Amino acid sequence: MSETMTAEIADHPGIRPVADEQDRASRKASSIEMQGLHKRFGRDTVALDGVDLDIRAGEFFTLLGPSGCGKTTLLRILAGLEEPDDGTLVVGGKNVTEVPPHQRSVNTVFQSYALFPHLSVRDNLAFGLKMRGLPAAERNAKVDEIAEFIKLGDLVERRVDQLSGGQRQRIALARALVCEPDVLLLDEPLSALDAGLRSQLQVELLRVQKRLGMTFVFVTHDQDEAMVMSDRIAVLNGGNIQQVGAPREVYERPLNAFVARFMGHDNLYPISARQGDRLTTSLGELTAEDAGAGDLLLIRPETLDLLPGEVAGDNHLTATVGERLYRGSHAEFRLEIGDTTLQATVNNRGRHLPEVGETVTVVVAPEDLVTLSE
Amino acid sequence: MSYSGVMPSARSRAMVRETRHLLFTVTPGAFWIFIFLVLPSAYLMGVAFMTNGPYGLPQMPLSLDSFERLAGFGFLGWSPGNLYTLLRSLWQTLVSTALVVVVAYPIAYYITTCREKWRPLLLLAVVVPSWTNQVIRTFGWMNLLAPGTPLSGLAESLGLVAPNMGLYPSNFAVTLGLVYNFLPFMVLPLYGAFEKLDTAQVEAAQDLYASPMRAFWHAVFPQTLPGLLAGIVLVAIPAFGMYVIPELLGGGKGMMLGNLVANQFAGASNWPLGAAGAILMLLATFLGLYVMRRLGKRLGGGEEVVI
Repeated sequence: MSETMTAEIADHPGIRPVADEQDRASRKASSIEMQGLHKRFGRDTVALDGVDLDIRAGEFFTLLGPSGCGKTTLLRILAGLEEPDDGTLVVGGKNVTEVPPHQRSVNTVFQSYALFPHLSVRDNLAFGLKMRGLPAAERNAKVDEIAEFIKLGDLVERRVDQLSGGQRQRIALARALVCEPDVLLLDEPLSALDAGLRSQLQVELLRVQKRLGMTFVFVTHDQDEAMVMSDRIAVLNGGNIQQVGAPREVYERPLNAFVARFMGHDNLYPISARQGDRLTTSLGELTAEDAGAGDLLLIRPETLDLLPGEVAGDNHLTATVGERLYRGSHAEFRLEIGDTTLQATVNNRGRHLPEVGETVTVVVAPEDLVTLSE
Repeated sequence: MSYSGVMPSARSRAMVRETRHLLFTVTPGAFWIFIFLVLPSAYLMGVAFMTNGPYGLPQMPLSLDSFERLAGFGFLGWSPGNLYTLLRSLWQTLVSTALVVVVAYPIAYYITTCREKWRPLLLLAVVVPSWTNQVIRTFGWMNLLAPGTPLSGLAESLGLVAPNMGLYPSNFAVTLGLVYNFLPFMVLPLYGAFEKLDTAQVEAAQDLYASPMRAFWHAVFPQTLPGLLAGIVLVAIPAFGMYVIPELLGGGKGMMLGNLVANQFAGASNWPLGAAGAILMLLATFLGLYVMRRLGKRLGGGEEVVI
């Protein structure tokens, strides 16, 4: 990978802290170091199979993977709700591997929100402060402060059963944040919400994190959500970390087929022969540039150009349109090249979009080709 | 104009429909309650204010005799016997209900922690004994607690009871019988309360700096209160009026209010006195219900405790 690309990838495209809120940032943030974490349930279920992971202070870090990959177990170990069979966990320079949850300066936003139905919203928000022994007056002041920060408005005076899903989500977030933990853990906090509210709360959550500068560890199975939110992502599968990197790195340069498929890539082709930069796959021969030494070729659909008719040239492939999905802003094509299919995404600039059955030429840029291992 | 003409008739038609609906649904229940609760109670009330006749049957004139007898005033001056019976009933109710809570709470919790497929079976195990006749089960306890049985022998060797006295008959035997008998009535509502509880809330409490003990006290216990109060009502009210258990396990000194009332209608033959005792029981029950309802509203937060 080139120097410039690395720099570009490391630069998070999300939301920067606003100047007058910088005092809130840098208030408190802890790094996390995990070493050799193992966790087994029963005799046969391996949840974590030796996880080594460093999370930086103030980072929005996402654990991404399919269900059963170990991401929730890892989060629960961070919270102290689960004890690892082996390995160490260091938060903010302190070894907390065997510290019980109520003695960790770590708070969690639970997937089910886990608000206390027998308490008012205000008492829910004050719960952690009360358990810490803060006097009532200070508790109230802090609750009012967080309510204003999260813009809860008059929700504070409501009862829990009067809240909608989105409101519950925000109360759960506020209840954890008001304790000013070193690390905030979020267990698929948006999964129960409908799409519109979900993307709205994604932005809100990201803003809160940037403004507070707090370390967030976020669990999700949704790669789009992970890419929008995260400074860095760890992709997990079968209790192992597959790749750690910034969203662009994980999406554009997946290390293996699992990561590539999980990030939504379908155009993966085994390389049958290789001569320097000339790669042979079932698509034909292609010239690649700086593609790495993997045995699997990845072609991202959005890097492809389609020309009408047959056009000769290097890295030009002749294909037939098998399927076209018109999406308004863009169109997705399933192209047939011999017996092999290739997905292509083309931005809709109002020009000709090839029809089903039409013959087209696919132009592949050498620098967009990436190889990875199986 | 047309609006004001249409609206009232539409509304009144809806009202007629609603009234008819109400009439159809409420009448059978109201009829039932009237025939089998209001009428007998009124009859009992009447009997209580009549005078005791030659064969224990009520007769005119109206008087407060039976209430005076109930309070302990007889031909030979005041005697504390009835007062003791009332206090014993209250005490037995209090102690046995408290013990039922102590025993049932962990059982109900344990069942909710078991796998879902085992839970109905475990609940069944709690309930099945109550499908046997109460008298037979109480006889069973008689045989277990009588003098000379292993349990009694153990109690004697530990010095808990006098030699050859046995654990039965005694007030202890009555308490034991009550606890045993009413356990399912506490386990079931408590199980209902536990089952509704999201285990993530316990984790949330611990995550929010509550030690396991405080997590229980602040996050779990308050949520089981509705079930607990419902269970207390289900146990305490029938325990207070219990007849069979003190009759069989209590002996002469274990008598409760239910036995006092029953005796007046059977052996001692004083219907007015029995009726007065029944009314006293009814009043005490209403008072207890009222207190529990108030308590339920205060402790249960917004949640109404259905009794």
